[in-house]
Amino acid sequence: MTCEEAEVLIHALIDGELDAGHAREVEAHVEGCAHCAALMKEYQEIRQAIAESDLRYKAPLELRRKIEKSLPQPQAQAAPTRRSVLRGFALGSAVSAMAATGLVAIVLRNDDEQRIENEVVSAHLRSLQAGHLTDVISTDQHTVKPWFNGKLDVSPPVIDLTAQGFTLIGGRLDYVNAREIGAVVYKRRQHVINLFVAQTANTERKTAKISTLQGFNIRRWSDRGLNYWAVSDLGADELSEFGDKFEGAMRANKEG
Amino acid sequence: MVVNASQDDPEKARRFREAALPYLDDAYTLARYLLRDAADAEDAVQECYLRAYKHFDSYRGPAMKPWLFAILRNVCRAEYARRKTAPTAVEELPEGGEQTPLWNEAPETPEKQLLRRFDGETVRKLVAALAEPFRETFVLREIQNLSYREIADVAAVPVGTVMSRLARARAMLRSAWLAEQEQAK
Ligand SMILES: [Zn+2]
Repeated sequence: MTCEEAEVLIHALIDGELDAGHAREVEAHVEGCAHCAALMKEYQEIRQAIAESDLRYKAPLELRRKIEKSLPQPQAQAAPTRRSVLRGFALGSAVSAMAATGLVAIVLRNDDEQRIENEVVSAHLRSLQAGHLTDVISTDQHTVKPWFNGKLDVSPPVIDLTAQGFTLIGGRLDYVNAREIGAVVYKRRQHVINLFVAQTANTERKTAKISTLQGFNIRRWSDRGLNYWAVSDLGADELSEFGDKFEGAMRANKEG
Repeated sequence: MVVNASQDDPEKARRFREAALPYLDDAYTLARYLLRDAADAEDAVQECYLRAYKHFDSYRGPAMKPWLFAILRNVCRAEYARRKTAPTAVEELPEGGEQTPLWNEAPETPEKQLLRRFDGETVRKLVAALAEPFRETFVLREIQNLSYREIADVAAVPVGTVMSRLARARAMLRSAWLAEQEQAK
């Protein structure tokens, strides 16, 4: 491989877009070529710097409002019931025929879950930008909990887990899956945990699932009509511990 | 004129809201970089969402973001045409200009020192100064996190073109970065 070729291909290598065979070829060239190795290192540094800079823009509220206004208004503001979701599929001509088969239904649901998890991770990333983490700052659950009242249909549970090693930092309103939801913010050491809580029409309890997206861990579960997503750069074990402690404290609260 | 009854369907609107509105910031960000003007970007995104809603019935998924971007890109191209100046418009690129091999830009020997870190404002400026179509490719990859395949779909070019454009974009950004670093000394 020549340097000319490598200078193009190192980008695909950095982006993880090369198949294994080509990746090995480029890596072999870079190993034996000081010029390309140094160049690749620089590109990686620039890429890192770009990733850490806040290069995104936030859409003006006025734009969001204008777009909202141009769409037909929903009949009711209530969260969609399962029935209305199904009716939605029935109306979508493209999907209805396929939705009859269980396989596609599963694919659709996974897509939806995946999409929401993507949004939750984006919201987590946004919150890490300077000044975005909390709307209300307090380590006192009796300050954070009432702050949510009136701002959301259902306030998220706010639980002090300091004794269990997770410090309550505050709360925030966020925007996920096209609606406003509550985020309760915790810290362990320097790691931020965002606990996103959204109301759901489904009251069925769903046990925790851990997934990883863009380098963040997500612990997702449902209980008593609320969906939870805990997102953090903490390891999966510590994030699981957080979830277990939270669920344990919730049970203790209900029983006590 | 045929009136599409589903146009006013609240159920369709609800599905559209849930599918498309979460990408509003993404769309606005892309429009800002493509048009380099806040007011034009706002208009373009609004137009994009109107068109997307109109064509939502034909949307087959699965990825909403690239689908929206493809629409937005067309809106922005219309805006380039309206401006007429269009030195940055994709279609205005001189014949064969894009094929100029990367190595003709002769990347200087990489610096021994670490690259300087700039504040977000400076980095935005450097990215915004990239020429099209390299800026578009760069923003879709580095700020919007699209895969090469998705970028190819948005820009309606082969994946190989995405790869070479991205290589050019990064080489240009690196040169600009080093120049900025030199100036800041
Ligand atoms: Zn080389």
